[in-house]
Amino acid sequence: MRRYKGLTIFSVIVFSFLIIPLVIIVVTAFGTEKTIAFPIKGFTFSWFQVALSSKSFKNAFFLSFKVAMIATLMALLIGIPAAYALSRYSLKGKKLLKSFFLSPTIVPGIVVGYSLFLFIVIKLKMPVFEGLLLGHFLVVLPYVIRVVGGALEQFDFSIEEVAWSLGCNKWLAFFKIVLPNISSGIISSFLLAFINSFNNIPVSMFLTGPGIVTLPNTLMSYVEYNYDPTVSAISVMLMLATIIIMFIVEKTLGISALAK
Amino acid sequence: MSYVDLNEITVSYDGKHNILEGLNLKIEKGELVSLLGPSGCGKTTTLRVVAGYIQPRSGDLMVNDQNYTKIPVHKRNFGIVFQSYALFPHLTVGENVAFGLKMKKEDKKVIEKKVDNMLETCGLSEYKNRYPKQLSGGQRQRVALARALVIEPNLLLLDEPLSNLDAKLRIQMRVEIKRLQKKLGITTIFVTHDQEECFSISDRVAVMNNGIIEQYDTPENIYAKPKTEFVARFIGFENFIDVERKEDHLFGSQGVSFRVDDVPEYDVKKMTIRPDDIEIVKTPVPENGISGQVAVRTFLGKSYQYEVQSDFGSLIVNGSDSDVYETGDQIHMVLPSHKIVLV
Repeated sequence: MRRYKGLTIFSVIVFSFLIIPLVIIVVTAFGTEKTIAFPIKGFTFSWFQVALSSKSFKNAFFLSFKVAMIATLMALLIGIPAAYALSRYSLKGKKLLKSFFLSPTIVPGIVVGYSLFLFIVIKLKMPVFEGLLLGHFLVVLPYVIRVVGGALEQFDFSIEEVAWSLGCNKWLAFFKIVLPNISSGIISSFLLAFINSFNNIPVSMFLTGPGIVTLPNTLMSYVEYNYDPTVSAISVMLMLATIIIMFIVEKTLGISALAK
Repeated sequence: MSYVDLNEITVSYDGKHNILEGLNLKIEKGELVSLLGPSGCGKTTTLRVVAGYIQPRSGDLMVNDQNYTKIPVHKRNFGIVFQSYALFPHLTVGENVAFGLKMKKEDKKVIEKKVDNMLETCGLSEYKNRYPKQLSGGQRQRVALARALVIEPNLLLLDEPLSNLDAKLRIQMRVEIKRLQKKLGITTIFVTHDQEECFSISDRVAVMNNGIIEQYDTPENIYAKPKTEFVARFIGFENFIDVERKEDHLFGSQGVSFRVDDVPEYDVKKMTIRPDDIEIVKTPVPENGISGQVAVRTFLGKSYQYEVQSDFGSLIVNGSDSDVYETGDQIHMVLPSHKIVLV
């Protein structure tokens, strides 16, 4: 084991850098001071109360949730058939299409946001909510296509062909045979897309409007003018929600399903 | 009319190069026919045309006097087994086998009974509730076969079904396949690149090359009387000598005449013989005798194989274990007239 000592120390350092800021946030959320301070002097739940009773935070949360949910479902609806077509059939320019679908994940978010702003708001003059939804849909679609495409890459299409030979038409075979076998990919892509949309700042920044602001953007502008632990309290709640979701996924599918 | 009739089937993926070139094949009811050939010869494409996965550019597929060319896969009722077995990973063995019957909307009790019977026939009863990943290769193979057979298919299509098994299991399974096929009387097309496997299992064999059938015959005839150089080479003939035919006599280079028992009607260009069938003799023989010098000696296990330089080119000869020759030795050989095949 001695040989690995250096590696162990290195891992501990990296891990600490990742975990300590989170620990600090959690601790500050319970502090009694009016401004964020560490270590804390007293213990209170009042910042959670403030966060939960704030109308703007609540509205922002529900908006973010709604946008993330609808955009992700739309992305699944379009992305799964697209991924299927891309891996099932040898299309002309398949490679080009694949890199095209990947491009929004490579191009800086601010550029994507700005170009969507020019297109959706200036050119199409779409209503704010619909525009925001369309923007998020376009941002998360590549994740769905890539992750579901990855799951399909592992799928032996002769399994589908056998189903046809046993009296299944193509639609039925897709739902009864293909979908159940890429379900872990679909769930991972759902989580990935949802989290990406829920977290997104650069695209939302350009596409939000009066009364329609997502949670991350609300938090950001709040922090600009206030320095109280409300934001810490909200962060703790979001972390808790994530932990619960991951726990459920682990119990039902196993985390390894996400890594596939 | 034959039970299965492939009539002038032409397949092309890009519209320029034909994968199959006006292919004709007739199969009688209850027969097991193998498509044998190297990879890329079109054997799998032929099977996929019959299965309905590929639409031929032209030609017709008739089965039981019905035109199947335009019928979609799911309405054909042909059983298929792939090399990868292609079991449904999310279903148990029982559910895998029941799948086709459920699609036909058969009565639940009938399905139950048929599945149990088929599992028993294939020796799988105890694995009914297992998932495919919990089975060995041979067991998966059996499930795939049971799943294809339980729907009582009009035709059974096997695409290299034994290639993923180890040698011992392969021999066991091919006996099994033959037994089931004869018991159920199902007309079967078997695709393989392994000639031993193919000869042991088939009623008739179609040797394919470049999208056409070179020879379609019983395994015995293909083994003993290949009709083309390609077929001969594919099944183990290694010595080819250019010959010219004048009336009933055959002449090699320098006007040496050879006697051959079986002279076919069609035009012949070469005579061929297996390395095993050439005899090494002590003294030169006047009829069908050839002498030469050992160029390379290879140890094969039971005996040596010699590459001999002769007036008729280099010949591959399998020696007996009694006499062993060294590289450079002059040896005399005789080509028995009943072992020579003309192509």
